[in-house]
Amino acid sequence: MEAIQGGYRRPSFFRGLNWFDWAYAAVLAAGSLYAYKLYGGYMDGYEKGILFLTAGSFIGLGWFWKPMRSLLPLVAALSLFGISQYHGELARAGQAFWLKYLFSSQSAIMWMSALFVMATAGYWLGLASRSDFVCRVSAGITWSAAAMGLIGLLVRWYESYLIGADVGHIPLSNLYEVFILFSIITALLYLYYEQYYRNRQLGAFVLPVISAAVAFLLWYTFDREAHHIQPLVPALQSYWMKIHVPANFVGYGAFSLAAMIGVAHLLVSKGILASRLPALEVLDDVMYKAIAIGFAFFTIATILGAMWAAEAWGGYWSWDPKETWALIVWLNYAAWLHMRLVKGLRGPILAWWAVVGLLVTVFAFLGVNMFLSGLHSYGTL
Amino acid sequence: MQPSRVPFYRAVYELFSSMRFAISLLTVLAIASVIGTVLKQNEPYANYIIELGPFWFKVFSILGLYDVYHAGWFLAILLFLVLSTGFCIYRQAPLMLRELKSFREHATEVSLRAFSHQAVFSPIAASASVVQRLTAYLSGQGYRFKVGGDMQTLIAAKTGSYNRLGYILTHSAIVIICIGGLVDGNIPLKVQESLGYKKIETRDVPSGQVPAISRLSPANLSFRGSVSIPEGGAADVIYLNVADGYLVQDLPFQIHLKKFRIEHYATGQPKSFESDIVITDRASNKSLEGTVSVNHPIIYRGVAIYQASFGDGGSGLTMNGWNLFSPAAKPSPYKGQVSQAFGLSNGAELYTVEVVDFKAFNVQDTGEAEPAAAKKPGFWQNTSRALSSAAAVTSSNKRLHNVGPSYQYKIRDAQGQAREYHNYMQPLNIEGRRYLVSGVRDAPNETFRYLRLPVDENDGIEGYMRLRATLFDKTQYPEIARRFAAAAMPAESAGGEALRARLAESTVKVLEMFSRGGFGSLARFIEDSVPKAEQERAAETYLKVLERSVLEAYQVSRARAGQAPAQVDERTMQFVRDSLNAINDSFFYGAPVYLQLTGFDEVMSSGLQLTRSPGKNLVYAGSVLLILGVFVMFYIRERRIWLLVKAEGAGRPGEILFAMSSNRKTLDFEKEFNMHKQNLTELLNLETAVDRSTGGLMQ
Repeated sequence: MEAIQGGYRRPSFFRGLNWFDWAYAAVLAAGSLYAYKLYGGYMDGYEKGILFLTAGSFIGLGWFWKPMRSLLPLVAALSLFGISQYHGELARAGQAFWLKYLFSSQSAIMWMSALFVMATAGYWLGLASRSDFVCRVSAGITWSAAAMGLIGLLVRWYESYLIGADVGHIPLSNLYEVFILFSIITALLYLYYEQYYRNRQLGAFVLPVISAAVAFLLWYTFDREAHHIQPLVPALQSYWMKIHVPANFVGYGAFSLAAMIGVAHLLVSKGILASRLPALEVLDDVMYKAIAIGFAFFTIATILGAMWAAEAWGGYWSWDPKETWALIVWLNYAAWLHMRLVKGLRGPILAWWAVVGLLVTVFAFLGVNMFLSGLHSYGTL
Repeated sequence: MQPSRVPFYRAVYELFSSMRFAISLLTVLAIASVIGTVLKQNEPYANYIIELGPFWFKVFSILGLYDVYHAGWFLAILLFLVLSTGFCIYRQAPLMLRELKSFREHATEVSLRAFSHQAVFSPIAASASVVQRLTAYLSGQGYRFKVGGDMQTLIAAKTGSYNRLGYILTHSAIVIICIGGLVDGNIPLKVQESLGYKKIETRDVPSGQVPAISRLSPANLSFRGSVSIPEGGAADVIYLNVADGYLVQDLPFQIHLKKFRIEHYATGQPKSFESDIVITDRASNKSLEGTVSVNHPIIYRGVAIYQASFGDGGSGLTMNGWNLFSPAAKPSPYKGQVSQAFGLSNGAELYTVEVVDFKAFNVQDTGEAEPAAAKKPGFWQNTSRALSSAAAVTSSNKRLHNVGPSYQYKIRDAQGQAREYHNYMQPLNIEGRRYLVSGVRDAPNETFRYLRLPVDENDGIEGYMRLRATLFDKTQYPEIARRFAAAAMPAESAGGEALRARLAESTVKVLEMFSRGGFGSLARFIEDSVPKAEQERAAETYLKVLERSVLEAYQVSRARAGQAPAQVDERTMQFVRDSLNAINDSFFYGAPVYLQLTGFDEVMSSGLQLTRSPGKNLVYAGSVLLILGVFVMFYIRERRIWLLVKAEGAGRPGEILFAMSSNRKTLDFEKEFNMHKQNLTELLNLETAVDRSTGGLMQ
């Protein structure tokens, strides 16, 4: 009898971890300690804190979502390989074989772009042909795209130091770089939900928004030459950038994902593609989950932003256009969540709302930089 | 027939604590916030009048749209939001706390049968061991439980109750953050202002002369203002911008600026702005030295000191004044200082020069790396370059250069009319040639039009100025004309003296006309005296005569200065053409004198922002609660399970009624219900359970 009950016992989290989980944690811990030993002398207290907190949160992330245990070490290994090919000379990006064709930041980002576009086409093909195999291949391509994007960013980080010791900085400092981050985060969020709901059809809706970001990225690269690494203006020289920006883009990514699910929801509720897409309940659920995680991270990002502003601009809230629009985005999703959680609202209204929410978010993200002036002036078009 | 009346205060309370009201407030707040991002805030009122016209300026002004976020009505919305949230907490919090504690172990069978998620396990033999097995299962699943009931055994279990704390945390966080914001806001100031205790100063006077009614004492709890201190100077007040004026905030200490520094990257972009300051306490007279830089404020006695801006703090400048229309080739020296004025005369009229600004560095994209003829590369060229260039991440075609110092000044005539000028100290490369440039504009909202003065072989302005002096010196014309005629018609040519004399005569005429009004007066003369059909040809001839005679003027000017004649080649001709253009443009320059910058002694000033914001800690505390609350609310899921164990009765077997609820109906909840149903069926050694659930999530 005890045995039977034992079988129903919900295992404790740590008991559920296997050797792979622990090995992954050990590698991450060792890696961050090694980085600390190498570069600790150049870091201030905050940066040391960020290093170890990052290692800790990536361990947690890998334990929570298992594929991360493979993705992150792979990305790290390939990035280190790419970096090792430079021999301290930036010019080798165009000469060394591995750099020229794969791992220099520009090549990696071009690969990411191409792979995301391929994945978009793949998901639609899979949706049209009702082929799970094609969708699975597309998921694989999406994974590779995310990996190449991460490698591109990491190598770019290194490249910035090759330009000049005082120029080096984390590649999150302008619109070009954050668009890459946006593509990666949105893709990873999607892949998580794809696995969680065991449903590969929604890629056809989420990947187009990533492809749109990629199209912008390419235009921005080729027409505006925005891919050049620029030194940081004094206001951006802060450890806050390392945490404020990624937190924000988890928010933006999740909101975009929710909006695209909203589009799917609206189609299904009108009977379009209904036989090929998940049930309305599922779409509703994904939409809620995405907005919830987005809202949580957007809250954190806005608060971190306020703290940074207090240090750089002399006040935690200056009603700068970017701040104000962040508040509007926040209020919008706060209202959305209230309607769903308290009023129990479901269905097309929330889907429409999520879609409109994306427009508001895009304005906060891009429109403010394009049309309004203010303190967040790093991302002009 | 009076309907039952709800007391007024009760109705207000109901309205304020309702969610509909709160959501409406959120919407109104969002829309109101947009205004301030579209209309530029806190600009000088003059700008708004120009932009909006007097009528709408007045309307907008009454609505407080120039500082929306501090307008009374905006603060009222915020206050309503605080009240609404506060009432909501007051109303809901006790309920939430009760929910948090309660197991709802008194649920009746009837109420359980009304649940949307329920199942019946039957037949079972109700016994103590069954109850024990069920409770063991529940605690194994992480549920806490209570066993109750009199006739039948009711097991009430729950998990994730702390979800309810999320509500309290987030909503009180909003109230705390808003209160913090209001503490740091300017409400007390607004009240004092409207009651007449404080008055906004709009005059431009030294801080010492600002009367007490426009000053705030050092005891003021919360402020945010700024002050600009020149190097070597000190300040013990800051200025708070209010509406179209300012208030003076007295500080409990004095700030002395020792040095302001700008460092640059190799590319010329600014890398850091730093101010070395000394803070001297007024009470204790103790001093503290430190460096303020962007992102690294100094906090002294609760006042944070930030690096906000920089400017010129009164640099000393030396200038050469070149009279643009006189026959004198020598400049007159001038001395000036930024934000000071000095007098200037061209012999006929008196002018005032107000030096506005000086910059020692001007980093510009001069695009020199690209050959002048290069076209803008197309998309595909760019693409292939971005993909293949050796170091694609570094700029290849942008060449940022420091083009040297520049300064700005206004020249005001006796009537008070002013024009603004912008001069570079060093020659700039334009289209492959070098010029000293001077910009002019009639109004601040215009862009500068640049006068280009060509430099001579020594990279100086003297060659041009000597030529200009010769061209405005009528006594030189016969000599210039003679030389020109001699060069145009060599002595042995037919026609001889008479023709040469006539040519010389018309050359003098051309020079006179040009020196009176540039190409314009030449054109007018042609229009007036030459038949229409021949005007174009005449113009060509005149231009040729002008160009060649100015070349001779240049040689004359060189001879007068004791220099060898210039070689007549394309370079010299280009110099002559550029000089002609420059002289012509001088007639539109609007000032009689070009003030060439010859030396400077830079004094910078640092713009510091000082804030005291006691509300900050409240805001941060609220923020922490908010984050905690959001995560608790979304990621701790509250679930309740009831198991009603019924012994067998008359004619029916014993059964267990299983009901489950959650305050968040998600797919996860659905999944968990099915899992428990399955597990319990197995646990009770039954084949199946009877699912009495009434529906899925959509209800």
